[in-house]
Amino acid sequence: MTDLFRRLLCTKQGAIGVVILLVVTLICVFGPALAPYSPDHMDYLGRFAAPGVRHWLGADQFGRDELSRVLYGARDTVPAALLATLAGTLAGAIVGTLSAYAGGRWDEAIMRTVDAVLAIPGLLLALLIASTLGAGEETALLAIAIAFAPGMARITRSVALAARQEEYVAAAIARGESGTRIVLAEILPNVIAPVIVETTIRVAFAVMLLATLSFLGLGAQPPSSEWGLLVSDGRAYLHDAPWLVLAPGAAIGITAIGFNLLGDGLRDALNPRDER
Amino acid sequence: MSLAWLLRRLLLMAYTMLVVSVLVFAITQVLPADAAVTLLGQNATPAALAALRQKLGLSDPVWLQFWHWFWALLHGNLGTSMRTGLPVGPTMFTALSRSLLIAACSILLMLVVAVPLGVLAALRRGRALDLFAGLVSYLGISLPEFVTATFVLVVLADHLGWLPATGYVPITKHFVDGVRHLIAPVLTVSLVLIAHVARMMRSETIDVLASDYVRAAELKGLARRTVLLRHVLRNALLPVVTVVALDVGYLLGGIIVVEEIFAIPGIGRELLIAIQNRDLPSIQAGALIMAGTYAVANLLADIAYALLDPRLRYD
Repeated sequence: MTDLFRRLLCTKQGAIGVVILLVVTLICVFGPALAPYSPDHMDYLGRFAAPGVRHWLGADQFGRDELSRVLYGARDTVPAALLATLAGTLAGAIVGTLSAYAGGRWDEAIMRTVDAVLAIPGLLLALLIASTLGAGEETALLAIAIAFAPGMARITRSVALAARQEEYVAAAIARGESGTRIVLAEILPNVIAPVIVETTIRVAFAVMLLATLSFLGLGAQPPSSEWGLLVSDGRAYLHDAPWLVLAPGAAIGITAIGFNLLGDGLRDALNPRDER
Repeated sequence: MSLAWLLRRLLLMAYTMLVVSVLVFAITQVLPADAAVTLLGQNATPAALAALRQKLGLSDPVWLQFWHWFWALLHGNLGTSMRTGLPVGPTMFTALSRSLLIAACSILLMLVVAVPLGVLAALRRGRALDLFAGLVSYLGISLPEFVTATFVLVVLADHLGWLPATGYVPITKHFVDGVRHLIAPVLTVSLVLIAHVARMMRSETIDVLASDYVRAAELKGLARRTVLLRHVLRNALLPVVTVVALDVGYLLGGIIVVEEIFAIPGIGRELLIAIQNRDLPSIQAGALIMAGTYAVANLLADIAYALLDPRLRYD
């Protein structure tokens, strides 16, 4: 594990990704302590204040400090994206493994259905589910988890099928090892790498999807300072106060870049042979 | 590519559309909406509501409702909009044609930019151009469309004043104005596509450059130009076909947001309006048409792939 981490830091993408995500994590944990104002503190004299000494990232239509809102907003965005991805991955991994394990007709039926669900664009599926369940942060999270599950099921299945045919599995069977031991000690460590890489990259996508759902009014609701909502709020004042859109937009982008870089770094660190 | 392969592929597509229609119907059934209330308004008398429910078949069991809907669907009847009272099909397909125009322009722009960018980045690994291409790729895959669209609006429309901010003008009506209204949405949608394909193109080119047949071609004394065009580009482009087809999924998702921001009456915007108004027939039709478009794109990509790759032609 420490070895993997060292190799990760040796890749350019991995190192930058880790640094970005470290900062994002610190903001999630200490954001409220770092914020100069309360996110709901209204200063009517400072409405639409441009970025400056008083308000580093400017202020919004109620004179609320944009920096504080972005810092608080991290808590509404990043953990939810992580949770949604993990839930989707777990559900998908269970379906994928079962499908690979069942094999034959069941496998065929499950995978064709998974393919069919994948024929609905991710955002559209999340949108339909979110509108069914009603707008809100939790429902947006659930919608993303459901939208992610089929893709993860497909990946886990193909990886699990490939692993089952490997020689080291045959060797373990020949050695007379138990089924559980083969799955846990032989197959799992080998199949987990691509799943981890895919999951990491999907967190970036989840951050974007979550923000998009909020932007469309189906995710977090005011007065939350979720980043997508901040962009949506600021859009009305694009001409006079572009910082209201640029600051949370950059926050979304930087966080997503962090997860994308970490994913690419992990891929390189986990496959030392494949250097790109 | 044999006939049997094509038939199997078409059968799979039919199954996909069947599952999608069941799914879409199920989702819209759970939607917290009463069609009768939507149509008659909150103040309707219980008797009027009951009569309308009877007429619309809302008191039938769910499976029967599905069957009626599906049967009409097979006959090309997508239902009547609860919001406008107009048939859903024509509305949605007109909207789709506008979306497809944006999609086609975006894919074209992507091919023109991403393919050369990826190949050049691979040829100049580690140099300034490669780093630039890498940066563009990471930005493209990490910025959601609503952020890119807003940035494009701030810079191109607001600060520089080069483009109209929002709205849609059919190019058949006024060509120049229509094109000017298309630029910002196309730029937004194509950024993420360019990012994906440039990355893919770069890594494929690096693989192909290291392959034996390219080395053989070089040792044979072929001109570098010939090697690049005939051997490297041709082989590196193959997997890109599949990526482009998969990206149509992203594209359709992105188009929902982009049409909303730039106020373009395409299928994405129609769908969002339908969702906001709980207009069930429109939601069902919009979602189905989008999924159908994606399925057709994937089918076309598979056929293109089979035509381009001689190894797959004879199975």
